[in-house]
Amino acid sequence: MGRWLPLGVFLALAALLGAGVLMNAGKTQTEIESPLIGQPAPDFALPDFADPVTSVRKADLLGRPYLINIWASWCASCREEHPVITDIAQSGRVHVIGYNYKDAPDDAARWLQQFGNPFHRIIVDAEGTAAIDWGIYGAPETFLVDANGIVRWKHVGPVTPDVVETQVWPLLATLEAER
Amino acid sequence: MNTLRRLVIALALLLAGTAAALHPKDFQNPEEEARYRALAKELRCVMCQNQSLADSPAGVADDMRQQVLALIREGKTDAEVTAFFKARYGDFILYRPEVTPVTWALWFGPALLLLVGAGVVVSIVRRQKTNAPANPPAEDRQEW
Repeated sequence: MGRWLPLGVFLALAALLGAGVLMNAGKTQTEIESPLIGQPAPDFALPDFADPVTSVRKADLLGRPYLINIWASWCASCREEHPVITDIAQSGRVHVIGYNYKDAPDDAARWLQQFGNPFHRIIVDAEGTAAIDWGIYGAPETFLVDANGIVRWKHVGPVTPDVVETQVWPLLATLEAER
Repeated sequence: MNTLRRLVIALALLLAGTAAALHPKDFQNPEEEARYRALAKELRCVMCQNQSLADSPAGVADDMRQQVLALIREGKTDAEVTAFFKARYGDFILYRPEVTPVTWALWFGPALLLLVGAGVVVSIVRRQKTNAPANPPAEDRQEW
């Protein structure tokens, strides 16, 4: 009996570690769960990319849901997810707001020219200061904000077609039903 | 002698350079600097997640350090500064997690495991004592 004890302990530990591995499978290991979900989106007033003298405020975007996509020309994964973001924008179901994060305006303009501009509007956070209010820590990141300005969903890393199918469309359907 | 002097000057310059790298901000007073440094050690860099803000070279860490300093200058207390970041990035931002029921296992688990281990060792030692022959064999001193 006693000599099976180490084997038993080993199996128990293996089961524990195995469960940990399985539970984390397919997750982005560096993803931080946002405490903003269910909370009002942070107040902001950021320059409009198309017209840097005017600023876009949180209040300007209220009234209908919007997807806010944090991107930059220096961000390789943004290029990767760009067709998916474009598809969402072209569906017409939701406004997609671009959030140009810590970027140079010239580079951003060139990037949009090259890959297309699907955004309803683009706001510019050149210094990355307002990004702290959103809990942004990299690009790409994507938030879904409802008509009342409540953050409903956040995705860290590139948005894939699978994420759109399983998360974005169902949530948008819920938001449409709420209205 | 001249070489020695040059060496000393070079060394002094080198040290000055290092000091400058450690003091990237213009602090208004030593208290401000001390609070800034303490807070930067308590907050986690969200980009390179095994480093504190103080250790991280990431761009976003620098933005956050800047924010720490700005909040200190606004007159916020240390608790208000950490609360500011917690509201935006969640509990994860705290390099030392708070003691809550959720984190009990994290805080007390290792000590508990140590106690269990100690208990196992003690019981094994006791059992061997009772099992050991009362009188050691006569030729106990033999070298093999």
